[in-house]
Amino acid sequence: MDTEKTSRRTFLFRLGIAINAIAVALFAIPIVGYVLSPARRFTWLDWIPLGPLTDYPEHQTRLAEYVNPFKKAWDGETAKIPCWVRRLAGDEFQVFAINCTHLGCPVRWFAESELFMCPCHGGVFYSDGRHASGPPPRALYQYKYKVDAGKLWIYAGQLPTLGEPQA
Amino acid sequence: MIDALKSVGRWLDARLQLGSTIAEVAAHPVPRSSASWWYVFGSATLVVFVLQVVTGICLATVYTPAADRAWDSLIYLNYQQPLGWYLRALHGWGSNFMVALMFVHMIQVFLFGAYKFPRELTWVAGCVLLLCTLGMAFTGQVLRFDQNAYWGLGIGASIAGRTPIIGFKIVDLILGGPIIAGETLSRFFALHVFVIPALLIGFVGLHLFLVLRLGINEWPMPGRIVRRNTYLQQYQELVHADGEPFMPFAAQKDLVFAGLIILGLLVVAAIEGPIGPNGQPDPTIIQTVPRPDFFFLWLFSLFALLPPWTETFLMLTGPVAVIGLLFALPFISGTGEKSWHRRPFSVVIVILAVTIIGTLTWLGTFSPWSPVMDAWSAVPTPIDYVKGRTPLELQGAILVQSKQCRNCHSLGGTGGMRGPALDDTATRLTRDQIVRQIIQGGGNMPAYGKNLTPAEVNALVAFLATMHPPGEPPARASSQ
Repeated sequence: MDTEKTSRRTFLFRLGIAINAIAVALFAIPIVGYVLSPARRFTWLDWIPLGPLTDYPEHQTRLAEYVNPFKKAWDGETAKIPCWVRRLAGDEFQVFAINCTHLGCPVRWFAESELFMCPCHGGVFYSDGRHASGPPPRALYQYKYKVDAGKLWIYAGQLPTLGEPQA
Repeated sequence: MIDALKSVGRWLDARLQLGSTIAEVAAHPVPRSSASWWYVFGSATLVVFVLQVVTGICLATVYTPAADRAWDSLIYLNYQQPLGWYLRALHGWGSNFMVALMFVHMIQVFLFGAYKFPRELTWVAGCVLLLCTLGMAFTGQVLRFDQNAYWGLGIGASIAGRTPIIGFKIVDLILGGPIIAGETLSRFFALHVFVIPALLIGFVGLHLFLVLRLGINEWPMPGRIVRRNTYLQQYQELVHADGEPFMPFAAQKDLVFAGLIILGLLVVAAIEGPIGPNGQPDPTIIQTVPRPDFFFLWLFSLFALLPPWTETFLMLTGPVAVIGLLFALPFISGTGEKSWHRRPFSVVIVILAVTIIGTLTWLGTFSPWSPVMDAWSAVPTPIDYVKGRTPLELQGAILVQSKQCRNCHSLGGTGGMRGPALDDTATRLTRDQIVRQIIQGGGNMPAYGKNLTPAEVNALVAFLATMHPPGEPPARASSQ
């Protein structure tokens, strides 16, 4: 009598643990999926127009800006992303990300000395993006570009970092 | 009247059952030696945390955690919301106070050996609180959604992006998407107001519970060795032989200090006002010089000064090693001497850590490694340096400005500090050496060979060759 009671009690308790374990595991699936969703795509890139070629005089480097192709309605000013466009000649361009390759601060172009300088830790790059001095471990990031219908297009959308396969 | 109150109290206590617990906590004996002014920093940190919760909730009633509105709502808080400026000041300076008090508390606990047996987990809980508090400081800096917040996120993401293989996915997770945008702010808001505070409250509870249960650490005496088999009994003998009830004997100093801290915070916040925001978080405004808040400046400096080839390795393993050591401390030296008189190595560690972090912070306040981005157009050449110069030399002086040399080199104490000051260049380099340095660069200077015509180089060198103090001749090559 007594043992029967105990075993029924243990059975119910074990069943309770099992049901809850399954329930928690099922519950965790949407939670984890939701939290990890920003990493669901391998790359976040799209072709973005940077305006007509006439905006970019030959042998000059100009600041251009584009709207993040994955923008949300509430992004506000952060949807605008700047980049440096260097037109060598004709359809030959170099489009540099604004972010220093050291730690992502915005590099500034100095046309007189033909250098990009970073205000954070003093990274300096030459006009073709090569590393000139300071802590950056590599040349400036460049976007893929194409010229189509008299416009310059770049393939962009994600923050370039050292681990980025497309950087 | 008093009888009525007493009967209400009795009625409540009969149902709440809290009276005896509170009385027990208030009366628990603490070592007489522990009722010291050195033991007030933990409680003061807790008091400031409670204030942060209060001001934080108030700010959350106005602040708008959406990327397109956050900055506007901060400006509204500063200038239109009645007392909004003061609440923001209290919250911002409160965070500075909390971080500072927490570090003083930690140093005291470390030097007094309070982390040793049986209080190992009190220390571990404290380490979690340290990480949470720094997490609050960083996420709070992001919620002040301005240019520093935007580029600070970029720095954080760039560090995370250096992780091998999965770095770029970690960046997506931190930012809540491929780039700093609306979801980034929302993520950090959720961390700052829900996740980290919940952890903080939970671990503060555990921390306090352990302090009450295990008893406050006694004043360490040289020669009183902590042993696992005898310590608990020795402590009980100590608090009964030479103990006093916590209330009011030890609590009175906590009370006085915490009160002074609150008053100090009220005064500092009133004088200094709210912290930021600076420019709106528009990444196309690149005329910005991003800097982190005070308590992260030392890291910012470290990233400028580490040899670049060690950087990725140290950025990824350094924090793990330091945090791991902190957590492991009570398990490495859980017994033995508590007194700092007998632990010279620990004293050296504290002095080293404080000196290093202090120096790096001080360097961070003026960042000599960064070019001064507007020096070339905003800082004039000292008049003495153009007096009596030839036209060619004057042309060189103009080039020093127009080619942005001043961004990295100072003249007369103004301009960048990245490279050496130019005031005495001619005493260090001969003409030929100056030419080579300009054209080839090197020693962390870019090469200007392609950006200068031979005539420009000639003018620059002519000017720089005049740069020596009146009584000091210019350098000569030994062959001449």
